[in-house]
Amino acid sequence: MALLEIHDLEVKFALRSGPVTALRDISFSLDRGQRLGIVGESGAGKSVAAFSILNLISRPGYISKGKILFDGNDLAQLNPSQLRNVRGNRISMIFQDPMMTLNPVLTVGAQMVESLQAHTRISRQEARKIALEKLRLVHIPSPEKRLDQYPHELSGGMKQRIIIAIALLLNPDIIIADEPTTALDVTIQAEIMDLLLELCEDRNLGLILITHDLGVVSQVTERTIVMYAGRIIEMGPTKEIINDAQHPYTQGLINALPQQGIPGRRLNQIPGSMPPLQQLPNGCAFHPRCAYAKAACKEQIPAFTQSGGCQVACHMVAELVNQAGKSPALENSPSTGQDS
Amino acid sequence: MLAFLIRRLVQAFVVMFVISVISFSIQDNLGDPLRELVGQSVSEEERQALREQMGLNDPFLTQYWRFAKNAVQGDLGTSYFFKEPALQVILKKLPATLELVFGATLIIIFLSVPLGIYSAINPQSVLTKIIMGFSIVGISIPVFLTAIMLVYVFSVLLGVMPSFGRGELVHVFGYWETGFLTADGLLHLVLPSIALSSIMLPLFIRLIRSEMMEVLESEYVKFAWAKGISRYRIYFLHAFKNTMLPVITVGGVQIGTMVAYTILTETVFQWPGMGFLFLEAVNRVDTPLIVAYLIVVGAIFVVTNTVVDLIYGLVNPTVKLAAKHTG
Amino acid sequence: MTTQSSPHEPLLNTADSRWQQFLDSHFWHSFKRDKVAIVSFSIFFLFILASLSAPLLAPMDPYDMTQFDLMDSELPPVWQEEGDSRFLFGTDAQGRDMWSTILYGTRLSLIIGVCAVMLQAFLGIVIGLSAGYFGGRVDSFLMRLADIQLSFSTLMVAIIFLAIFQAAFGAELYQDLAMVMLVLVIGIAEWPQYARTVRASVLAERKKEYVDAARVIGLGPIRIMFRHILPNTLSPVLVISTVQIANAIISEASLSFLGLGMPPSQPSLGSLIASGFEFIFSGAWWITIIPGIALILLVLVINLLGDWLRDVLNPKLYKG
Repeated sequence: MALLEIHDLEVKFALRSGPVTALRDISFSLDRGQRLGIVGESGAGKSVAAFSILNLISRPGYISKGKILFDGNDLAQLNPSQLRNVRGNRISMIFQDPMMTLNPVLTVGAQMVESLQAHTRISRQEARKIALEKLRLVHIPSPEKRLDQYPHELSGGMKQRIIIAIALLLNPDIIIADEPTTALDVTIQAEIMDLLLELCEDRNLGLILITHDLGVVSQVTERTIVMYAGRIIEMGPTKEIINDAQHPYTQGLINALPQQGIPGRRLNQIPGSMPPLQQLPNGCAFHPRCAYAKAACKEQIPAFTQSGGCQVACHMVAELVNQAGKSPALENSPSTGQDS
Repeated sequence: MLAFLIRRLVQAFVVMFVISVISFSIQDNLGDPLRELVGQSVSEEERQALREQMGLNDPFLTQYWRFAKNAVQGDLGTSYFFKEPALQVILKKLPATLELVFGATLIIIFLSVPLGIYSAINPQSVLTKIIMGFSIVGISIPVFLTAIMLVYVFSVLLGVMPSFGRGELVHVFGYWETGFLTADGLLHLVLPSIALSSIMLPLFIRLIRSEMMEVLESEYVKFAWAKGISRYRIYFLHAFKNTMLPVITVGGVQIGTMVAYTILTETVFQWPGMGFLFLEAVNRVDTPLIVAYLIVVGAIFVVTNTVVDLIYGLVNPTVKLAAKHTG
Repeated sequence: MTTQSSPHEPLLNTADSRWQQFLDSHFWHSFKRDKVAIVSFSIFFLFILASLSAPLLAPMDPYDMTQFDLMDSELPPVWQEEGDSRFLFGTDAQGRDMWSTILYGTRLSLIIGVCAVMLQAFLGIVIGLSAGYFGGRVDSFLMRLADIQLSFSTLMVAIIFLAIFQAAFGAELYQDLAMVMLVLVIGIAEWPQYARTVRASVLAERKKEYVDAARVIGLGPIRIMFRHILPNTLSPVLVISTVQIANAIISEASLSFLGLGMPPSQPSLGSLIASGFEFIFSGAWWITIIPGIALILLVLVINLLGDWLRDVLNPKLYKG
């Protein structure tokens, strides 16, 4: 049994107009030392999935179904104090925007020490020593000085390094990183990603990397999950997904990468946009945008089919594989999908 | 710190200068100081001689300069009614007002903070709905009306509370008369303090609640949850310290309103404080006393604003940054 | 809110469709669902109606000394033993019918409140629009001014100003001018609320494309501001206005209570309460308490409506 196993997770948001399902049928697993990427457009439910692992979805969201087994315990069923023991201790998180993640009125040292003291019985002095050691680990220049500084005195890249250091404080088993580089400058993005990869490899950490950047996923992760409208549509080894995507949506995502375009031509866009969660179409949620949509796609939610090393939720996988899937022409037939 | 002090000093100077000009203009134009001093019976020639002697015929600037010089030395003229130095008359009433404000501030701080935090943390609870219901009614009742209704219910109908004055007082530090040391004095303080806090309290409950709810949605609070920090530390340190910043700013702005409310409260309870004295002075056209009140209020305004700024600086490490928002 | 009938077909249609549009709107739907909003609005509407038709509803004219009789003074409301059927809410110390006086008083309080807020809104919107539109030095000067203005409490400034005015010009002249003075003082002191919010909206709107488009097709700055930007600032202005009317009524009542507002011969709710205060010790509670309840109810429903509007329109208000 893997360290973290998620079975049939479903998350709903209790809105005034009634409950809305934000995530459904989410199942995957992760062990120490493994690196998993979750990709998808904004609003696909990546972040909700990340936050629901630690039961951190804010009101009015709640886990309505499924299990989150960590070390054999179901995190969805733990009481607040048991959950507190897991959070930051065995599973840590790295947030999207380092500018907003650190509390502006507390020093870096205070925010590191409190984390240690929340989970272990150590003195402030010892805690500071550990904090210092972790700051060195993330290559922060003059770490002694940083402990007594406030967040506003540090640059964005430095803050994200500190947040990574905080995530490492208690030597967790798994780190969940929710778009850890999107808010940073391009040059710093690569540095932070390299640091994260290096730390995971050195310390045998499990990593769940949430991102919309397929390039980052291919550099860092071993396995990838592609999400669309609150549901997993394809998952498997990263290499296979990048090189030989099965699901039309994943293919569209890959074709939309700038590297895939022909210089001077428009990038290959997927026509249309993701439907809001309150108004998901029947059947496969992607069918209104899909060039291959058939009658079945409009009626039935597709189950997973094994295809190579990947699992794909698409009615058309078999046919597409037969076509020997050469660059499906998504861009020429948007009209087929628009009418429903 | 130095920049802060300089800015504060400049501000204090400007405020006091404006108040002194207003005050002086009042003194110069309101009533005839000569008549107030010597009455009607003096002949026109004697009058002119006296005017000359008192410097009332000097140019405006000379007169203002003399006024400002005297004012700095604490000489704001003699009250027409009390025949005593105006500043002395005002300062004698200062303890009464300060004790009333102190009582009200205690009520405001010790009720608004826990109630505001509670209703932010438990937005759906029945108690929160009751608190919010009371607070919307609270901000809808003018201070003087709360005061009147308190008098009517507790003094007239039930007869359990004194309706006016400060009760039995004790002298401390020479001239300071305090009502805090006798049971009777404390009893007299209850209704006026409640009345004075009656609009501010719900205002601050609502403010703390809405700011705290916003802070609780912030990323850094979510991150604190993700770190596995205890909920009390999150509520009372992470969230509350950030909630305090806008609350302190608003508190600073409300000081002037508080002074205005003391006038209303003191009028209803005939509380022998500065506000009550001020209204009497207005009705008697006792110009030096009006002037003295304005200057004392201006000084209080400057001092409290400085204190508020200092507190703000202590809570917020990014004071420079904050200055952009708060001006 | 009413459909205007018109002989022209197309006009009727647009009016109808607009009415239909209103009925379908989020605004109307949330109003229908919110009991507090419905009750508040109904009471507020009754207040408006009563104060508009005060001369019709009031059995006597409280400003006309010849209509009341000292013999009728301090009569309790009808439901008390000594009540007189002529006077629903009893009479005051001069024998004035409380019901009539309250009707006229509410009317005065509302007029002063609404006029003062209109003045605030006018000043604030003009200043806020100019600051946001012209930017640069004009902007920083105006906003600095707003900061200074805000740091002085309105009520304090009003008390000092009116006290000095009264002391300088005498109580008699003051009585004649009281209403104008109240509107001016409360109106001028509170413009920064509007100015800051409007400025913030202008800054936000300026960045949007349609303003650029309007500029490109050659519309002048004033036209752009009033035709294109201003309509987008309406919802925050509406939300501020409700709260400000409530505050203006409270300020007016407080000033009148201190004797710095409406005179007892032409009482607003505040001066009515003030004139009755000395009688509560002798048991004549109704002169104070009944207008007091009217005042509280009026301000409360406006505040409740303000809260509801804020929830529904959810505008970005400037926070100081």
